Amino acid sequence: MRIKVNAKACTGCRLCRQVCTMEKFGEVNPKKARLRIEAAFPEPGTYRPRVCTQCGACARACPSEAIIRDDRGVYHVDPERCTLCGACVEACPLGVMMRWEDGVPYKCDYCWRCTDTCNTGAITRVD
Amino acid sequence: MIFGFGGNSIRINLKTQDIQRIPLENRFAREWLGGRGFISKILYDEVPREADPLGPENKLIVTPGVLSGHLAPTGSKCCFGAISPLSNGHGDSTVGGHFGPELKFAGYDLLIIEEIADKPVYLFIEDDRVEIRDAAKYWGLGSIEAEKLFKEDLGEDFEIAIIGPAGENLVKFACVSHDYGRQAGRCGIGAVMGSKRVKAIAVRGTRSLPTYDVKGTLDFTSAIIKRTAVHPNMAPWQKYGTAMFVGWANEHGVYPTHNFQTTFFDRYAGIDGQPLVDKLLVSNKACFGCWMNCGKYSKVQLPGKPVVFVEGPEYETGALCGGNCGFDRIEDVAYNNWVCDNTGIDSMSGGGIVAFGMECYEKGLITREQLEGHELRWGNVDDFEHFVDMIIYRRGIGDWFADGVVTAASRIGQGAEHFAVQVKGQGMSGYDGRGAPAMLLSYMTADIGAHHNRAWTITMDEDLGKNVIRGKAKVVVYLQHIRPFFDTASCCRLFWGEVDVTAEEHIDAIRLVTGWSDYTLDEAMRLSDRIWNLNRAHYLERNGGPGRKFDYPNARFYEESIPTGPSKGSKLSLDDLNIMLDEYYEARGWGKNGNPSREVLADLDLHDVIANLDKIGMLAELTTPLPQVRGERYKPKAF
Repeated sequence: MRIKVNAKACTGCRLCRQVCTMEKFGEVNPKKARLRIEAAFPEPGTYRPRVCTQCGACARACPSEAIIRDDRGVYHVDPERCTLCGACVEACPLGVMMRWEDGVPYKCDYCWRCTDTCNTGAITRVD
Repeated sequence: MIFGFGGNSIRINLKTQDIQRIPLENRFAREWLGGRGFISKILYDEVPREADPLGPENKLIVTPGVLSGHLAPTGSKCCFGAISPLSNGHGDSTVGGHFGPELKFAGYDLLIIEEIADKPVYLFIEDDRVEIRDAAKYWGLGSIEAEKLFKEDLGEDFEIAIIGPAGENLVKFACVSHDYGRQAGRCGIGAVMGSKRVKAIAVRGTRSLPTYDVKGTLDFTSAIIKRTAVHPNMAPWQKYGTAMFVGWANEHGVYPTHNFQTTFFDRYAGIDGQPLVDKLLVSNKACFGCWMNCGKYSKVQLPGKPVVFVEGPEYETGALCGGNCGFDRIEDVAYNNWVCDNTGIDSMSGGGIVAFGMECYEKGLITREQLEGHELRWGNVDDFEHFVDMIIYRRGIGDWFADGVVTAASRIGQGAEHFAVQVKGQGMSGYDGRGAPAMLLSYMTADIGAHHNRAWTITMDEDLGKNVIRGKAKVVVYLQHIRPFFDTASCCRLFWGEVDVTAEEHIDAIRLVTGWSDYTLDEAMRLSDRIWNLNRAHYLERNGGPGRKFDYPNARFYEESIPTGPSKGSKLSLDDLNIMLDEYYEARGWGKNGNPSREVLADLDLHDVIANLDKIGMLAELTTPLPQVRGERYKPKAF
């Protein structure tokens, strides 16, 4: 189970970020999204979605074992255990361990709202 | 807090450096909705009638409307407005990309920029921080290179609206650029920005946009995405964007060729959507929250030229910088597109005015000596680029052209006005109205001059008869209600026009984000009517009257027949134009002289306008009953 990225198909529309925050926070604020789009303009003129691969680097970096893997293979942050040290954010190789202001870090939990919305094939759900 | 909106306006005085933040009032927001509506009202109320469009009293207004920033089909737009240096009347131009949404996320629905800065500046906006900053480092740079530098200096997630050297040098068809290739192109808003010495506006917003029903909006628009993703028109739009209509417009005999000398370019196959995709395409590029991605991002390398990257060419550029200037290779058109974008001229007016220069050169009205030893031949990239350079730096006769096609024609004389293609000083969009009379009427009557976005009628002209004159005006009036509504709400009209998202669904989206449960399409259409009448009155108050005298194109469109192609032989006479205008004024509830009537203005509660027009003797009185429904509803076919 993963999100497959086809960067060539990404158009930079950021619908994924828009629906992510509406779904997960009930807010209209794509800057809070749990995935990113890198844009390289004016040249070479390409976009690259950055999405969580559930690689577990965040969990391994967490000194307080606050990031736990569920039986789907998806990592979640336990806010009760989190000490706000930020090690997970530093450790994420794709820059998708997110933090808003000084709050508890948060991440993609494979709700599939973004992949359901993207119709160019830039990000797709693979089971 | 007002749901749907950022919630604040900012008034920036560049002379005193005073920056005022003013909460947006709910009543004002609902009455004028944003975008074009805010612009129309503020320009009418605040800019003195004698103000020079490039002087301190003109105001630059930037406003993302109600749907911008929202998950709606599709809330990507931002309107830039000012008194236009081309028409000397209300001007507004809309740009997609990400700038409008970013302003909303910073908490702003409206920037009103006043006076003139002492030195080049840019406006820095990051949530509550609003600053006027020195722009010496960026002044003089091309739009594309300067945008890159701003992002390097401020951060990749700043959105930039910027002018090029053309805007700095007050070229009257200078545009405002954004996101490496999107423009608020028309009306010369870039020249107004340049006159105020504002190189750029940089914005980053991190706030949640207040939304009445987030879940409802998410469900509503998600269903529309699912439905339209499989619409038969979606795939070609995603693949080719508007570029595919180069072929279509030729096959339908409306494609401007050699400065509108004819409407069919026999070598169009080289500059259609297919060669664009085959030869140049780097990536598909979408505006904020759009799943149609009509933007095509291209890479071009011509012998002896730098490698350039450009968004496009879209249809309008492919028409006006393509066949209209005699170019038959997509690489050349894309390079011209880049020249226009980086120098900061509107590629529509820019292509149009270069084509005018080319016809002048062909006819011997301008000489090689006047062109600094160069030529100005159809289809020659070097000539195109050199002439644009003369224009943007106002060298020699470039100075005449920098002031627009009317001034250029007047300075050249010798009958050049005949083929100086424009209405009200605004160069014509990429459709020739002789093979589509309602399209010509649309240009003639548009509030900003010869621009197609107020009412695009080509398929309607074909439905009702390609050479039919009568009976179309009321449909033009309807289209001038519905199409500008999308600029007011600041969303893209393509979903309505091309993949059958209804106008009512856009109203539903407004209800969901604002909580105005009783908002109706009738209210929105009434607003369109108010804006139209306000802009007309404003134009008359600034330019005199009667209105009719401003509503004619250059004589080519009523004296010459189309010589070649599918529309060969089509011709309109001055009588034909007058018949259409008579029907149009009647459908609007205006007098026969083209002035708004007391009756229609009263019906629209524009009582201050009645008083103002009455004072200067330009208020019409109707002798027939006021039409209660103005315009006839019509759904044009998609391309």
